[in-house]
Amino acid sequence: MTTLVPHTLHLTGRHVRGFLRQPAFVIVTLVQPLIWLLLFGQLFRGIVVLPGFGAGSYLEFLAPGVVIMTVLFSSGWSGMAFIEDMDRGVMDRMLSSPASRGAMMASSVAYTGFTTIIQSLVIVLVAVASGARFAGGVVGVLVMLVAAVLLAAAFGSLSNGVALLVRQREALIGFSTTLTLPLSFLSSAIIAREAMPGWIQTVATWNPVDWAVTASRSALSADPDWTGIGWRLLGSALVALVLTALATRAFRAYHRSV
Amino acid sequence: MHAAIQAEALVKRYGDVTALDGLTVDVPPGTVFGLLGPNGAGKSTAVKVLTTLTRPDSGTATVAGHDALAEPALVRRSIGVVTQRAGTDPQATGRENLVLAGRLQGLSGTEARSRADALLARFGLSDAAGRVVRTYSGGMARKLDVAMGLVHHPPVLFLDEPTTGLDPAARAGMWTEIATLARDEGTTVLLTTHYLEEADQLAERVAIVDRGRVVATGTPDALKSDLRGDTVVVGLGPDDDPARATSVLRDAGAGEVTTEGRALRARVDDGAQAVPALLAALERNGVGVSAITVARPSLDDVYLRLTGRTLVGAVEAEVAA
Ligand SMILES: Nc1ncnc2c1ncn2[C@@H]1O[C@H](COP(=O)(O)OP(=O)(O)OP(=O)(O)O)[C@@H](O)[C@H]1O
Ligand SMILES: [Mg+2]
Repeated sequence: MTTLVPHTLHLTGRHVRGFLRQPAFVIVTLVQPLIWLLLFGQLFRGIVVLPGFGAGSYLEFLAPGVVIMTVLFSSGWSGMAFIEDMDRGVMDRMLSSPASRGAMMASSVAYTGFTTIIQSLVIVLVAVASGARFAGGVVGVLVMLVAAVLLAAAFGSLSNGVALLVRQREALIGFSTTLTLPLSFLSSAIIAREAMPGWIQTVATWNPVDWAVTASRSALSADPDWTGIGWRLLGSALVALVLTALATRAFRAYHRSV
Repeated sequence: MHAAIQAEALVKRYGDVTALDGLTVDVPPGTVFGLLGPNGAGKSTAVKVLTTLTRPDSGTATVAGHDALAEPALVRRSIGVVTQRAGTDPQATGRENLVLAGRLQGLSGTEARSRADALLARFGLSDAAGRVVRTYSGGMARKLDVAMGLVHHPPVLFLDEPTTGLDPAARAGMWTEIATLARDEGTTVLLTTHYLEEADQLAERVAIVDRGRVVATGTPDALKSDLRGDTVVVGLGPDDDPARATSVLRDAGAGEVTTEGRALRARVDDGAQAVPALLAALERNGVGVSAITVARPSLDDVYLRLTGRTLVGAVEAEVAA
């Protein structure tokens, strides 16, 4: 247990160094959310006249949605690094060393949190540069970062756990896309709650992706609903904790397979 | 003194495949122990069980004084592991790989860095220390792999085919390192290999593994002297029928006749005495001989006798594939 924190730091350092050594990947990480932002921004430009959208521009509405979607997609890939480590023998070496399993999971979550924060800030900056104004200010942005990181922790762990169970790229890609696409469309990421069919509203109520979007959007608005934000962040934190713990248990399944 | 590594009746199944079928080994501390066996014999599986990577279906294992099944965390702190596949991060530099391994083993930052530099120097990798491992040659990466297993001065070291992929000079260098570890640092080394020469040179004791069990164990010399007599290898002419030549040799008193391409191997009590008689018998029966040699038994012969395959043949087939 005493090794959890130092090992998490060392292993997170490894992930971050590896990331910075791949300039192409850094660029994709930065550009991809912008594509979402511009694409949806153009596609649904007229939508602000529909009921349920605030008075502001659609960009202001969309930015937190794109932040959360981007985070969801990126963290869904998290397990790929585990599979690469399996293929390269790094996983087996770690598992026969005193490396803490909890730290292996936590460092992956921390690294996903690191890219999440970078991506989110890029989106916010570009949205502001394009004329969006977030009444919630810095506090609103910070709350959004917390919501984004919690969601990334939940889905990053889930992806890692599935990677340890299936141990195969194709299976993980299939799982990740099958889960993340519907979850983002069953949320208010790109469309206001009031504009959704009734059953989707019901699903969204129980969808952690919607919790993150709703909490972020509310925090960025002129008049945040702090109680609603608090509950949603708490729910996200619980989901993240449970999924991280479950994913750490999946190391046992991996041990049985080698 | 207690054995440094003790495995008792290990069984490990993967679906229908029985990778270990009652494997038992006993390695005294401070010695180099060789596990020899053909592809698929279960050598790597044995290493995985002993290094706590996987659990056996039954059997017991003790490593460095700890029960590998009940106290895997204690075992992990006492062992260095070099797996058959590479285990280094290609995206990190050689030094970063070593420092991270050291830190995960509990060394302080300063200790880990100075240990990394010492190991890089020892394995001739100082010049490449700051390069990412992706750019290393196969041999350099293999050396780094072995160095990774040594960062924390483990009392017990597992090396799964450490010299595969090394050129002859690098292999000789690695042998020197391994021998030094056991002799000067008291490290217990369990090494798997396909190279009989390697086991013969390095290992005080070897176990020959076949189909998941140990079929023979002892010092290389003891195993060799268990084989009575000498090996005679007869090279046949282009028109000769190996089957016919085999029966001629058998009638002339040679034992354990086997065919490998256009060569026959046979066992006789005393080579010098038997050769003239064998040659005469072959000539009488119209078998042309292109060459005939007599050899003292090698580990390869021990191996052939026990497993029905020659290791050298198996390795060559693998290299060709
Ligand atoms: N993770 C696994 N899943 C399924 N089968 C496995 C697994 N690992 C090993 N095996 C099987 O167990 C048997 C023993 O394999 P092992 O790798 O231990 O052999 P080996 O002696 O190390 O061979 P080599 O000399 O080729 O490295 C083989 O039949 C192999 O296919
Ligand atoms: Mg092997």
